[in-house]
Amino acid sequence: MGEKIYTRDHEWLDITDGIATIGVTEFAQEQLGDVVFVELPEVDALLAEGDEVAVIESVKAAGEINTPLSGTVVGVNTALIEEPELLNSSPQKDGWIFKLALDEGYDVSELINEADYQDYISENA
Amino acid sequence: MSNAPDVKRTIFYDYHVEAGGKMVPFAGYLMPVQYTGGIMQEHLHTRGHAGLFDVSHMGQVVVEGEGAAAALERLVPVDLEALTIGQQTYATFTSELGGILDDLIITRWADNCFFLVVNAGCKEQDIKHLREHLGNLDITYLSGHSLLAIQGPKAKNIIGELAPPANELFFMNGCRVSIGGIECYVTRSGYTGEDGFEISVSDENALALADQLLAYDDVQWIGLGARDSLRLEAGLCLYGHDMDTSKSPVEAGLSWSISQSRREGGSKSGGFLGSDRILRHLAGGVSKKRVGFVIDGRAPVREGAEIVDDQGNIVGVITSGGFGPTLQIPVAMGYVESDFSAVGTKLDALVRGKSRAMTLVKMPMVPQRYYRGH
Repeated sequence: MGEKIYTRDHEWLDITDGIATIGVTEFAQEQLGDVVFVELPEVDALLAEGDEVAVIESVKAAGEINTPLSGTVVGVNTALIEEPELLNSSPQKDGWIFKLALDEGYDVSELINEADYQDYISENA
Repeated sequence: MSNAPDVKRTIFYDYHVEAGGKMVPFAGYLMPVQYTGGIMQEHLHTRGHAGLFDVSHMGQVVVEGEGAAAALERLVPVDLEALTIGQQTYATFTSELGGILDDLIITRWADNCFFLVVNAGCKEQDIKHLREHLGNLDITYLSGHSLLAIQGPKAKNIIGELAPPANELFFMNGCRVSIGGIECYVTRSGYTGEDGFEISVSDENALALADQLLAYDDVQWIGLGARDSLRLEAGLCLYGHDMDTSKSPVEAGLSWSISQSRREGGSKSGGFLGSDRILRHLAGGVSKKRVGFVIDGRAPVREGAEIVDDQGNIVGVITSGGFGPTLQIPVAMGYVESDFSAVGTKLDALVRGKSRAMTLVKMPMVPQRYYRGH
């Protein structure tokens, strides 16, 4: 896997050959608490940046995930159907949520690297 | 925002922070929604061991004076004169229109003295209500008192050691007792469906009391998040969600809390605020009522979700819902048209445009384990 990049909405992206694997960060899972259900998108769904793509339900509340980039869903983590708690135990690896084939000419200039993300959460925690 | 000067803290604030409590504003107080264990762990700990809850934000009120029982009976549809000293009852403050202003626990402290525990969010309004209607009685808000609840199957072992007389109490009874030299009023009651106790104690002794309870390995702090999931599984209402001024106690499924003597044909029938409408609901039935649900699959159905029948007609609304950690499935309660209120009825809830199948079940969803003697 390549180097992860991050959004200020606490998502991570790992982009390889135009396909982004996307999930939520360790910080996000701590905020969510015990995850009991993940509503996954449909494979082949066409998404525009900012569209709601998944919903994470914790014991406490529901949290929406909006896609940080535009593209086509090419994979979802079906392991989360039986084991939504993967999102707590391994949010940045086994608990990935979906894979997006990014639209041509995608732009990651709004996204930040690991160090900047860590700075961002420590400033905003 | 959360540091606004009008947000109050209970005496246990530093203890909560020390225990990793995530403090959130709730009913005018900064309260722990969860600690480091998280809601799931805290919930299961309470069902398996003993959970300690700071419920000091709730209102503790003493109503005292000649004829207090009869006077209070004008505000609640229960038979307070029938309570023995130390006995308590669940009640609702009814409105003129037959709705619910708040729900509360009333304990008889003496012939003419009653101890009320009311919801945090309603306490100011409740005190005003009491003073307006019971001008001849002394209404005292116990501002210098904290309230702790210890709940779960191990609670009796701990109280049995610290306060043996309190461990003899049956559910919905209380007594004065000394715990390690600290004067307390202990009742066998709670809001989790488990056996347990609520302990009223002066603020100055409250931390020392908590220290005694926390010294047990079985005891850990439990936040508001687990308090909510525990009471939901136990089928217990949350004011402002599962009941309010627009619902009568009968619609809210609380007919059991209306004493026989206050019903039609009883020895002191009616005579409480809104009694005309409420007794009419008791005798003639209601068009909607509160019911419980278990949901198929794992997606929680939450407050506000519409309930639809198999034709897609809206027949009700969810008022509380979430994941039930004990059952490991989502559970909910809500109001449905009475035609759809039979146990076993299959209905759908609409969540983000999707139908979630659910089955109407008898409440509580998790059996209550109150101690009523052997």
